[in-house]
Amino acid sequence: MKIINCPLNGPRNISEFTYGGEFKPMPDPGTCSDAEWADYVFNSENRAGVVREWWMHTPSSYWFLAERHTVSDEIIRTFDARELFSSRLDFHPPQSREIAG
Amino acid sequence: MPFNLLKYGLSAEYPVDVDLPPPRDLKPSYDVVIIGAGGHGLATAYYLSRYHGINNIAVLEKAYLGGGNTARNTAVIRSNYLTSEGVRFYAESVKLFQNLSNEFDFNIMYSERGQLTLAHTDATVRSFRQRAEVNKHFGGRTEMIDRQQIRELVPSLNLDPGHLPVIAGLWHIDGATARHDAVAWGYAKQAAKRGVEIHQLTEVQDLVIESGRIRAVKTNRGTVQCGCVVQAIAGHSSLLMAKAGIRSPIQTFPLQAMVTQPFKPFLDPLVSSSALHCYVQQTSRGEVVFGGGSDPYPLFNSRSTLDLKESLLAHAIEMFPFLANAKLMRQWAGITDMTPDYSPIMGLSPVENYYLDAGWGTWGFKATPICGKTMAELVASGGRVPELIKPFGLERFSTFQQVNEMGATAASH
Repeated sequence: MKIINCPLNGPRNISEFTYGGEFKPMPDPGTCSDAEWADYVFNSENRAGVVREWWMHTPSSYWFLAERHTVSDEIIRTFDARELFSSRLDFHPPQSREIAG
Repeated sequence: MPFNLLKYGLSAEYPVDVDLPPPRDLKPSYDVVIIGAGGHGLATAYYLSRYHGINNIAVLEKAYLGGGNTARNTAVIRSNYLTSEGVRFYAESVKLFQNLSNEFDFNIMYSERGQLTLAHTDATVRSFRQRAEVNKHFGGRTEMIDRQQIRELVPSLNLDPGHLPVIAGLWHIDGATARHDAVAWGYAKQAAKRGVEIHQLTEVQDLVIESGRIRAVKTNRGTVQCGCVVQAIAGHSSLLMAKAGIRSPIQTFPLQAMVTQPFKPFLDPLVSSSALHCYVQQTSRGEVVFGGGSDPYPLFNSRSTLDLKESLLAHAIEMFPFLANAKLMRQWAGITDMTPDYSPIMGLSPVENYYLDAGWGTWGFKATPICGKTMAELVASGGRVPELIKPFGLERFSTFQQVNEMGATAASH
């Protein structure tokens, strides 16, 4: 069994975790072009080597970041998202572009 | 006859029919360079040399012929997908498969056993009705069947696995299997006969691209100039695309499969269950093949995990309880290039004379003939995309025009 060291819950079996995708910066949906948004939504770096990605400890719904080697399948480091995000992000969708329900 | 045999045995000139000519040096230049000598690359070379009169072709393979995902799939041939774009494409492939042994004069062991997909919920039954109608519309043979008919087709199947009783089945009469190595070798042999050079142990290390056109490929055996390039690899599609400077939506996951000791024939159709994430078939040698969904996170490694074995086999045993006593003989993994909409990426790329045949996830083997045929048309016409593969262009991910086959890939996710 493979063990992931959860920053909140300690070492747990990998079956308790859910993969959450590559860590990548999100363009501002209010100002970016359709092409930039499509690139963000669909395209992947899909690197063969050390990657930084989101994981969730499923039973506790706790999201964190991991550095993992995608060839050797080694989990190098796991850490809380606070290491990268120091302030809260608030989203303000532009009023004019709201889609009527 | 005995005299002939004796003469043959004593002959100094041993008259062996050689499938592939012995390796030779790379020529300085080729009209077409195909990267990857799997089913797709070899099929493309074959159709180009046989039907389009293009013979100055090199197929470059970093390992050995047909040794990648061509050898690692579970050899399912079917066309019962969901979208009209998908079904039209795969139905054409099934037709080509049916005649492939004749085309090669080489037995690919095509065996039309039918494929049965099980529905355990009302929602699945509704999607099956749609798939049956779409498939019939494009000339496939698919129908909905009830529990009694399923029992008659597969007497050994448990129709009430755990909390998920089988409600109905999607019976795809065209469903088939074939020997995957034979498909690759059939194409290789026929292409080589027409002058196509197949270079094994020849790894493409870099691509020389100048002002939006590819000029040459650098390999471990030297650099070759090229008129155009077809990328026909699997498992590392996105890494090669990155070398050409192309952004891709591919994420790479391993998919593990395994096979048991041989049994007497008990299972004629190929059986899969989307709710149990499992497909089961018995090979012509009697072994039972199990396959499931891809691994839960991306990886470029064909290692084996106990987690996957436990979950997949628990479901397989629910379907066929007597297999609980079976011994596993082998397991392996393929590296699948998954796209967000579970359809392939075929056609043009941002580099003018660099053609893509990528993103074949878990649906590559069954498309081998049609893929080779349409890619050959694309190359021979100098970049006019055949109608059949237009919906699968890379640009669909920037124009939000995906071809969603997620629900129709047998057991994935």
